[in-house]
Amino acid sequence: METHAIEISNLHKRYGRLEVLKGISLTANQGDVISIIGGSGSGKSTFLRCINFLETPSEGSIRIHGEEIAVRREKTGSLVPADRRQLQRIRSQLGMVFQSFNLWPHMTVLQNVIEVPTQVLGLSRDQATATAEELLRRVGLFEKRGVYPAFLSGGQQQRAAIARALAIQPLVTLFDEPTSALDPELVGEVLSVIRDLAREKRTMILVTHEMAFAREVSTHVVFLHKGLIAEQGTPAEIFGSPRCEPLQKFISSIR
Amino acid sequence: MLDDHTSAVVHEPSHRLMSLATPQALVKPALLVLFLALIGYYGEWNWIADYWRLLLHGIAVTLALLVSSSIIGFVLALLLGVFQVTGPRTLAWPAQAFCTIIRGTPLLLQLWMLYFGLGAVFAQYPEIRSSFVWPYLREAWPYALAALVFSFAGYVGEVMRGAFAGVPKGELEAARAFGMSRRKMFLRIWLPRAVQRVLPVLTGEVILQLKSTPLVATVTMTDVFAVVAKVRQDTYLTYEPLILLALIYVVLTAILARLLRLCEARVTGN
Repeated sequence: METHAIEISNLHKRYGRLEVLKGISLTANQGDVISIIGGSGSGKSTFLRCINFLETPSEGSIRIHGEEIAVRREKTGSLVPADRRQLQRIRSQLGMVFQSFNLWPHMTVLQNVIEVPTQVLGLSRDQATATAEELLRRVGLFEKRGVYPAFLSGGQQQRAAIARALAIQPLVTLFDEPTSALDPELVGEVLSVIRDLAREKRTMILVTHEMAFAREVSTHVVFLHKGLIAEQGTPAEIFGSPRCEPLQKFISSIR
Repeated sequence: MLDDHTSAVVHEPSHRLMSLATPQALVKPALLVLFLALIGYYGEWNWIADYWRLLLHGIAVTLALLVSSSIIGFVLALLLGVFQVTGPRTLAWPAQAFCTIIRGTPLLLQLWMLYFGLGAVFAQYPEIRSSFVWPYLREAWPYALAALVFSFAGYVGEVMRGAFAGVPKGELEAARAFGMSRRKMFLRIWLPRAVQRVLPVLTGEVILQLKSTPLVATVTMTDVFAVVAKVRQDTYLTYEPLILLALIYVVLTAILARLLRLCEARVTGN
């Protein structure tokens, strides 16, 4: 039997009485590039953050390469991770790239990239540095490896953050609106790095507002509306012949 | 455009002044030297020959108190800061109360409460009097050190609370997202970031702490302030010992500021 890279079933997320996610199921195979699109407040960032439990789901299950993240129910009814170590191990196999980069400012670019491999994955410094330098070369930041993030442009910071995410050799990489905090002229350099990753058939889940980009790189596009998957399919289907009304509206609004 | 313009106005004349006015730059140091020379010439300074050893001893006591209370106080302040930001209420509340009380009362009062108050209470218990710590508890320095430690911890604890709370959430979230344990996240990200943010303030607190140390003279410790007080009693001189004392504190402050700035530059990597 084939194991999926990610298998999410019946995911709910509630904040008090507000239900942000109302039962989402999604499967990603090895090599899939899944873009999640939707209007603001559709729950797409929350959904992404539930995958690695930055937000704990209220309901539902998540499997990464067949392994389910263990949860237990508290007396209050909310779910909590049942096994902290398991969660940490699974998290260390999921790369994440944030909207606001979230590099660690007290470390140089290189130190940022080798931090998780050395401190969490237990690689030796030399090993981690060799991989990190290779990655930094790929994202065009090798010359900046000794520089602190504060001295980099937004685009450079995000590229460093992508190198940091790749350094753990992730099973799946999660991108949370990676270009939304960037000045328009810096968006291109970050997208071209992500495009290269898509070509390499890395498994990625991408929350994005860049529709042209989503159409170009995705194998699969998911349209979230009011906490549910309103429509999903190939980029051609979603952007070429949207069926449901909210998606039609959404696509015409961004044109 | 505007930028170029203003920088031209501001920088060029000052640059010209610098190159023309090298003799003027010497005026202030020259005045200072002249002032000191006058004091040296007209003042009565024979006593220094008799008291210089004691003065050095006093400076050593002052510095020992400053360094030890700052270091111990800082460690305590880290705990106070962390407890207030993430501790359970049973720890957060006492930590907050401690900082409020320390910051809300004079250090002299705290010192006397410890030395005259607690010291007297200890003396009432035979168990304490017969224990191995009693020889220390009879001395003044444990109380002086404790008061200075608490004071430093109280002020810096409040600063650390702000520093811990002020580390951007996203940086900690990134650590979590990559599978760091809570301990590792604290040691590798949260603590260094908080300390880094707080360093400039810390330098100021240490310098303030130096000028809090003379209070220990009121509980029989012979720091440099107490030595000068003794000189005044013995010699009936007023100004000369005080002027020397002022000089000593100014020099110590200057050295401290320089040292701490060096440390700061080291840690922040600039």
